[in-house]
Amino acid sequence: MKNALLRDRRLLPYALIAPALVILAVFYLYPIGYNAVLSVFSWDLRGPMKFVGFGNFAELFTDPDFGKVIQNTLVYMGMEVSLVMIFGLILALFLNRQGWLSEFLQGVSFAPNVIALVSVSLIFVWLMDDDIGLFNQILSAVGLEPVGWLSDPQVALFSLVLVSVWKSVGLNALIILSALQSIPRYLFEAADLDNASAWTRFRRITIPMISPTLFFLVLVNVIGSFQAFDTINVMTQGGPQSSTNTLIFSVYREGFEYYRVGYAAAIAVVLMVLVGLITVLYFRAFQKRVHYR
Amino acid sequence: MTTTIAPPAPPTASGSPHGAAASPVPPTTPSTAAPKIAALLGKVVRIFARIIVSILLVLVFAGPFYWMVLTAFQTASEALSIPPQFWVDAVRWDNFIAAFDRVNFGHFALNSVIVTGGTLLGQFLIIVPAAYAFARFQFKGRDVLFGVVLATMMIPGQLIFLPVFAMYAKMGLLNTHLSLILPFIASGFGIFLLRQTFMRVPDSLIEAARLDHASEFTIIRRIMLPLAKPTIVTIGLITFIGTWNNYFFPLVWTTTDAARTLPVAVPRLEALDEIAPTIVMAGNMLLVVPILIVFLLARRHIISAFTYTGVK
Repeated sequence: MKNALLRDRRLLPYALIAPALVILAVFYLYPIGYNAVLSVFSWDLRGPMKFVGFGNFAELFTDPDFGKVIQNTLVYMGMEVSLVMIFGLILALFLNRQGWLSEFLQGVSFAPNVIALVSVSLIFVWLMDDDIGLFNQILSAVGLEPVGWLSDPQVALFSLVLVSVWKSVGLNALIILSALQSIPRYLFEAADLDNASAWTRFRRITIPMISPTLFFLVLVNVIGSFQAFDTINVMTQGGPQSSTNTLIFSVYREGFEYYRVGYAAAIAVVLMVLVGLITVLYFRAFQKRVHYR
Repeated sequence: MTTTIAPPAPPTASGSPHGAAASPVPPTTPSTAAPKIAALLGKVVRIFARIIVSILLVLVFAGPFYWMVLTAFQTASEALSIPPQFWVDAVRWDNFIAAFDRVNFGHFALNSVIVTGGTLLGQFLIIVPAAYAFARFQFKGRDVLFGVVLATMMIPGQLIFLPVFAMYAKMGLLNTHLSLILPFIASGFGIFLLRQTFMRVPDSLIEAARLDHASEFTIIRRIMLPLAKPTIVTIGLITFIGTWNNYFFPLVWTTTDAARTLPVAVPRLEALDEIAPTIVMAGNMLLVVPILIVFLLARRHIISAFTYTGVK
């Protein structure tokens, strides 16, 4: 039976792709639908499921804390993406030269990217400790006020952003770097003939030539920022005063700590719509403004 | 100072009618030397700034790792000292022994190896045939199905953990290694990369093999895979690092320790350290050091694997 299938040239390709498609369907496509179904039920994972219609969503949008959760998620996204892109670009420009020093620094700045985010979080919990953490010890050594990195509701979300930026800026810089290095030399030579200033060259040649890469990275970072979980769970647990509670973390907390699966699924639906919306809007807005080679 | 770096005397501009040779004008006029000195100074400043920035970069990116290692070898009182100690007097393994005493690291490390190894192996069993079919066959619905594969790449995996958990609970798959392997072996990204590579293999090679009555399996094994080696290594490295480091899925898809991996176990040590995180940092090193060694050994390859995915 199996051999006959493999010998039939028309059926063979289907047999070859079937395992992959089955897994993708079971673990990615079906769960999206199943999640939508769960969102209209009330369920504690053990007992029977009870249909509640849009009850979960109604509760969600009347919950004053939920507005805060969305705000946290968007603020986190805005800070994380802009810092990664700005520092990534600066770092890439700095590393854009030959020689062992540049190569060494590329390795050093990339290293955090291969380390588990859990490990990174544990290290920064220690560094950001209020009383004895290295950061505050350095601040007080130079005569500055200590900062409540993870205990001050005004600061905690930013501290999580810092950790994430620290981990991923090297990767972003090296991707931008390889885009920089693929810009054809003759463009700069032509600009030199025209006596273009360094700033003009940067604005008129460098930026347009790497804009497809920048565009790609912004989107990847935006989608990645919605998935930030490890730092939150290890470093702040959503606190202090819910200041670091984001959409993905509330899905986890409602579902797995409070066993409100339907409610959690409803939050996941909101998150999915948000990610989809941003992706579509983003492609629409930038499609024509990006310079493609 | 200026005289030592001043260039040899330039010919003086002598438009004056009174014998230029007898002119008492000093050989180096400021108007010609200053720009050169400024340029030289600028260069020195730039090199100096470069060195400073380089040192800062090393401090920023390697510093936290150093701090982890340092704390792991310190006693609690050393770790707590004010001002901080940047060195240890004696290498002590107490924190590592304590970490092993309280948490069964052997068990979690074995789970990590099983899940990472299983994902790597399973992934190539699944994606190689799929990528081959998408690259080398004409069949009905091919482009639509490939579009579906690409679309799954856009779905953040963390959005589907809840329904998958419910599914696992019904199927009795909770707390099995398989549950942590299965969703990740049909990577859309891997299929995409491999397909690109397979499409570049010259037709003539495959035609020749078919004339020799080679089976599709032989073609894949003898022609496709050897030519796709760099891509296979790229996918393998990314999968290895991603799976070894994964915290979220082993956390949310398990209810007991049976299949949990190292990243879930290490943060537990936090509860053990009452005053200083010396034991946490020791446990943390067990998670970090294997990956760091792999990174040091295959640095160029890992960097190009990760950055390749960003350019085209």
